[in-house]
Amino acid sequence: MSNKLNHSMSLAKPDALGINNKQKVALAIGVIGLFILALALFNTNFPNKGLFLTLSLGSIIGGIIMYSREAYLSKLEGIKNDGVWFKSISSRGIWGWIIGVVLTTFYIVLYFFPKYLGLGTDGEANTGLIALFDPLSQLLSGRNASQWFVYGTLYTVAILAFGYKFILKYRHNRYQQLRTVSVMFFQLGFAFLIPEFMYVMNNDLPYYDLKSIWPLNYYIFDEWSVNGFLSNGNIGLALLLFGILSIFVFTPILTYKYGKRWYCSWVCGCGGLAETAGDSFRQLSSKKMYAWKIERWLIHVVLVFSIVMTTAVVYTYLGYDKNDFWLTRGVFISLVIGFLTLVFALVMLFKRHELGKDAKYGAIGFFIVIALLLGMHYTGTTDHLFYIKAGALRSAYGIYIGSIFSGVIGTGFYPILGNRSWCRFGCPMAAILGFQQRLFSKFRITTNGGQCISCGNCSNSCEMGIDVRHYAQKGENIVRSSCVGCGICSAVCPRGVLKLENDSMKGRINPTEVLLGNDVDLMDLVNQK
Amino acid sequence: MEHIVIIGNGISGVTLARHVRKLSDKRITIVSAETDYFFSRTALMYVYMGHMKFEHTQPYENWFWKKNRIELKKGYVKQVETATKTLHFAEGDTLQYDKLIIATGSKPNKFGWPGQDLNGVMGMYHKQDLENLEKHAPNNEVCKRAVIVGGGLIGIELAEMLNSRSIPVTFLVREDSFWDGVLPQGESEMINRHIKNHHIDLRLSTNLKEIKSDENGKVKSVIIEETGEELECNVVGLTAGVAPNIDFIKDSDIETGRGVKVNRFLETNIPDVYAIGDCAEQHEAIGNRRPIEAVWYTGRMMGETLAQTICGNKMEYKPGHWFNSAKFLDIEYQTYGWVFGKGGRPEYEQHFHWKHDDDTKCITVAYDKNTNAFLGINTFGIRMRHEVFDQWLTEKRDVDYVMQHLNEANFDPEFYSRFENEILQAYNNQLQTA
Repeated sequence: MSNKLNHSMSLAKPDALGINNKQKVALAIGVIGLFILALALFNTNFPNKGLFLTLSLGSIIGGIIMYSREAYLSKLEGIKNDGVWFKSISSRGIWGWIIGVVLTTFYIVLYFFPKYLGLGTDGEANTGLIALFDPLSQLLSGRNASQWFVYGTLYTVAILAFGYKFILKYRHNRYQQLRTVSVMFFQLGFAFLIPEFMYVMNNDLPYYDLKSIWPLNYYIFDEWSVNGFLSNGNIGLALLLFGILSIFVFTPILTYKYGKRWYCSWVCGCGGLAETAGDSFRQLSSKKMYAWKIERWLIHVVLVFSIVMTTAVVYTYLGYDKNDFWLTRGVFISLVIGFLTLVFALVMLFKRHELGKDAKYGAIGFFIVIALLLGMHYTGTTDHLFYIKAGALRSAYGIYIGSIFSGVIGTGFYPILGNRSWCRFGCPMAAILGFQQRLFSKFRITTNGGQCISCGNCSNSCEMGIDVRHYAQKGENIVRSSCVGCGICSAVCPRGVLKLENDSMKGRINPTEVLLGNDVDLMDLVNQK
Repeated sequence: MEHIVIIGNGISGVTLARHVRKLSDKRITIVSAETDYFFSRTALMYVYMGHMKFEHTQPYENWFWKKNRIELKKGYVKQVETATKTLHFAEGDTLQYDKLIIATGSKPNKFGWPGQDLNGVMGMYHKQDLENLEKHAPNNEVCKRAVIVGGGLIGIELAEMLNSRSIPVTFLVREDSFWDGVLPQGESEMINRHIKNHHIDLRLSTNLKEIKSDENGKVKSVIIEETGEELECNVVGLTAGVAPNIDFIKDSDIETGRGVKVNRFLETNIPDVYAIGDCAEQHEAIGNRRPIEAVWYTGRMMGETLAQTICGNKMEYKPGHWFNSAKFLDIEYQTYGWVFGKGGRPEYEQHFHWKHDDDTKCITVAYDKNTNAFLGINTFGIRMRHEVFDQWLTEKRDVDYVMQHLNEANFDPEFYSRFENEILQAYNNQLQTA
């Protein structure tokens, strides 16, 4: 049977390489682990939940480890992309679609119908899948599991097990190994364990994954969250301050020095899943020009939405009278507008020439935000923004962006749209970091003179859909706001053309007409034009 | 409006067309019989290996050509009539040109082996070769063994391709070590071992005698010259180099040798007819270069240069310092300046060779033993910066300077182990003992 979907080679359809017997055993072990979860989902009441949960997660992890060792350790070190476009799962074949549908359904149930997963409501005990995770949750924080605990556990298991696979796949590449260890560490520690321990220490604190920064963490400035921090004394205040400093201070400094990769492919949980479990789907992102056009509009619309939404939400729980608290609605709205104007003015002053016609779109975006905010302040009855309740805006954002875009589409559609569609089209954090990376960063992907042969491996493997080859074949450095610095383009390049590096701002963007290697007079002549 | 017609949609012709469009408003037509759109020939192997689909080898989206007013014509030019400036196509139609550029590239060499035209015998150059390979070697059940004849860059790529589908490969190499006409001995031997580590049956100093047919005109086996051994196989890859693809102009007025004869302005003997890329043959070689350079980069440079001439800024083809690159299975290779293997090595050229213990990384630095001038470097498994070496060659640095500043040239990804100190130590030790 042939799995090949690409009919451009119409004469024959190559088969994907078969897997060996050990890999079949490994697959069976992993499937048994998943089957236990499925049984739990359909309300099988396991006698010893702790044992069965261990068995299940252990089999899944063990199966993946065993499979990966067979796949990579039996071969010499090097690029392991053979048959990627022949395998059904990684080329939008039947398996790709099945997994896409299963994942998407899982996310819909998780976000909107957690009771089908067995979430006990009104103080009832959990049943089904969620009950299976009770023992682990009890062990970590002394409470029963929620659907988020189940999700967090599976998410962490996926990053750890597929992270191991990824490390083996790139065992000749230290950059890949280190950043994978990094995302595994941040997921296990910061996203999974620390919040549980924080709960044990102080169960009034809101759940806070320290590495999840506003606006990716869109609920951190919600009233319940802020109240949660403020009612918990110094530690709460410190956490809230950390959240504010993260976006306004830490993030710009780190992005200036290293590019947005320090976050997107070294720390972030969404990025962590994309780089590990999602690695097999990276080639599916569209590199077409129209996809780039959609991307630029969509991600910035989400950013505008998140800024306006957050401002409106904070605004509604602030007061009018500065005797109660210095930060009144008037002061707050002035601060926001002042900050946005400052950023806008600085960019226009110093970076306008780098933006070209995008400057126009930036200006439009800026003025829309300001107009919305002013409109809110002056037209609004107390809690309304153009007669829409700030609360409604917040829940719309939560449902459409926070749940549907980032979860259902972002992850559920991995096998269809590629592994970074949320990061590319939706993440407002990526938009902010990308803006900084494009204009105020030392990071770039350097192109090695005239060595490019336009083969397209770099573009093919770019999960963010950047047409890397477009720059490399012209001898230009790649300075793109969307680049998450995963480094796979550099790894797969057969001619050693691409290098991710942090260097001076000067010469970072280097448009060339004639590539290195041709006579110097000609280069002078053409490049001076 | 002047009509520029380019025969061949490879890197040379397409680079020319792009630059002519940037510099002028002339009407441009690119003719090709091979494919509708430009693709990267060097990437064909990745299609067979499943790393990419064929469409991914096309550097420009299909709308690019219309947007830039570059007309594409699919057709096979049968005859060039320079007196009337007319192209005659095999399909029967004709096309008028004002300026003609021949950029038809190469075709695989065949040396008159018995059976070289059987079914299942192929080169690996054109898209049609890839389709042919898909037909005859879709998997290791249809193709139980493949024999590759000729140990060069295409041969090792074809071996890697077949290997990716677990098809057993016997690799016949005429030389006593892989590509040792070009690579110095230490490097060539390292690659020999690397090939064998990939379970490819490498046979050095081995020639093909004949290819035998089954009753259906399909390849059945090959006979080896030296031993008379018969190897059963289903596919034979002929990868013993390439030659200019210019049969269609042999009976025109355009002067040809092995390739289309051109001067330094890339002009042929006929006014308004030019040739660039693999199919062009310089009357006299430029520096250490060969008169015919079948290399991606030189094709591109000729395209860049000729566009200037065609748009009124007459310009000589002056390639800068030599550079090239390739990948041998898992080992990347780059070269800057001149490092000679067995073939054509000048008497004054001395080598310093360093190899890592893991047998996948090595460098060879060539220098003039009389003046100590740095001549060039070959690097395997360590990426180096083109720009830095280009500058050092222009500045005519000596070999000591290069060895001491080697770290400035490193282009490996971040966090990779670095070997400059080890290399420098080996270099200093060698000088002391020498």
